[in-house]
Amino acid sequence: MAKESLRGEYGKTLLRIGRDNKNIVVLDADLAKSTKTLTFGKEVAERFIDMGLSEQDMISTAAGISLTGKTVFASTFCVFLIGRVYDQVRQSVCYNNANVKLVGTHSGLGVGEDGATHQMLEDIALLRPLPNMRVIVPADATETARAVEYAAENDGPFFIRLTRGNLEKIYDSNYKFELGRASVIKPGRDITLFAIGAMVEKALEAAKVLAQESIDAAVINVSTVKPLDKDTIMDAARKTRAVITIEDHSVYGGLGSAIAEFLSQNHPTKMKIIGVEGVFGRSGSAADLYSHFKLTAHRVVDEARKLIS
Amino acid sequence: MNKTELNRLTGIAREIRILIIKMLAEAGSGHPGGSLSIADILSYLYFKEMRIDPQNPEMQDRDRFLLSKGHAAPALYAALALRGFFPVEDLFSLRKIHSHLQGHPHHIDTPGVEASTGSLGQGLSMAGGMVIGCKLSQSEANIFSIIGDGEAQEGQIWEAAMTAGFRGLANLCVFLDYNDLQIDGRVSKIKDIYPVKEKWQAFRWHVLEIDGHNLEEIETAVDSFKSEKEKPTMVIARTTKGKGVSFMEDGVDWHGVAPNREEAEKALKELSNG
Ligand SMILES: Cc1ncc(C[n+]2csc(CCOP(=O)(O)OP(=O)(O)O)c2C)c(N)n1
Ligand SMILES: [Mg+2]
Repeated sequence: MAKESLRGEYGKTLLRIGRDNKNIVVLDADLAKSTKTLTFGKEVAERFIDMGLSEQDMISTAAGISLTGKTVFASTFCVFLIGRVYDQVRQSVCYNNANVKLVGTHSGLGVGEDGATHQMLEDIALLRPLPNMRVIVPADATETARAVEYAAENDGPFFIRLTRGNLEKIYDSNYKFELGRASVIKPGRDITLFAIGAMVEKALEAAKVLAQESIDAAVINVSTVKPLDKDTIMDAARKTRAVITIEDHSVYGGLGSAIAEFLSQNHPTKMKIIGVEGVFGRSGSAADLYSHFKLTAHRVVDEARKLIS
Repeated sequence: MNKTELNRLTGIAREIRILIIKMLAEAGSGHPGGSLSIADILSYLYFKEMRIDPQNPEMQDRDRFLLSKGHAAPALYAALALRGFFPVEDLFSLRKIHSHLQGHPHHIDTPGVEASTGSLGQGLSMAGGMVIGCKLSQSEANIFSIIGDGEAQEGQIWEAAMTAGFRGLANLCVFLDYNDLQIDGRVSKIKDIYPVKEKWQAFRWHVLEIDGHNLEEIETAVDSFKSEKEKPTMVIARTTKGKGVSFMEDGVDWHGVAPNREEAEKALKELSNG
């Protein structure tokens, strides 16, 4: 199946929704070619600002612009967009409930060869506790477009977390994104695989392997990590015997933590959290890194067998 | 500025100082020194200069003031209350549970507060962002801000300075509250920001130096800002931390300690006679 670029789609979507909408302003911090905000910037120069290498200034400036009534997108790599400027995100953006959309590209191990300095594995953990912040992790290009449109149309802070590499197409053009709604890609009776971003395709692959062993796995894309779709998660936990979460993020504070927080207090369920185990990443191709850190379909299959045997 | 006007604005500055002392004594905590040092600038901006409407705090095209050194919130609250954004009585609920007056300014809670501040160094970027936003909406509104001299040690101040200078954000007027004190001591001893004028000039700002307690000099500076059409304006305002209360003036210990009853009474007596 054809793979598509999420950040490429982000740039195209920005241009589509922002070309004629004078309310939309886009900021970047010297990574516009990589984040693809330049697709917008080349055509709509008057509402595109390259802030240069000034991430702190970019975030607070974005908040200031939004406080005059604009919808502001701000992008750079996740490691700089969130880690570098956490206090600015917390106080300039969230405390003001500013209409700022943080769209980070190059999240997690998916960055690949640039290594640990550029592989943000803690951004979801940092943002989930922040009041007013919504956290979305699209699983393909179509969902990226819908999420960006949604964020543009709805007031207040959003974080949209994109991966560097291309991902398989999961949704067709009829797909409707809803904030706080997980999408059940495949129902199942034995075990539930909750995944986000680049890990959704791994979960789907794992479900295929499990099917050959007569284990019927549900695959659910929890693209809105915050607010969490509690109904869908509860429903899946009730219908199956165990759940697995898979994310290109630390096992601390991400999707797995969010689901564990919810289920442990409402419907204790056998569970395995798959992610990066509190270590830094390293250089390598994204595929090699996913193998090295055991974020693979094979690993999911193993864990599923263990959980329901 | 004629005599009547000068007396009016001087009176308001004194009223702001009196309210600062009263509300801090009532709250039992807060920042008197840095609040007292900006009373004159706020008097001028809120009561002479800015196009704002207390009845309609969100008025389109309004001028905006953003207190980057958010710990001086009592001064801002006093100016807003006196200007009619909310009742003066509210000031005495400062820092108490259920009050809309948070320890540091909160945009969502308090009418007239244009941005939440308190983590130093972020306000200048937000003020610059407001100029950019207003320009994109074809508004010629002016954005005013005050930063502290200790705050000027923050790296983000210089990112924002570069942005505003490079982009020629001429509708931005920033006062540097140059009182040579921060929490741990003299700014000039801890990490001296000197030379100040040359720094801001090098960052392509229109730079003025004034006595930050002299209303006529404040007026001259604001007039100069309004006729400058290419560069943002930095008004280096020489100030005395704790200005107006003799035992607080230029004292490092009055940064973040509220006066007790006795001290407040002494301060109020001085201010009323002054
Ligand atoms: C980022 C940040 N670091 C530390 C503080 C704690 N703090 C509050 S006021 C202050 C000193 C500020 O000095 P200055 O800017 O000179 O203010 P002023 O003298 O006018 O009170 C510090 C360190 C803070 N509010 N924000
Ligand atoms: Mg100072």
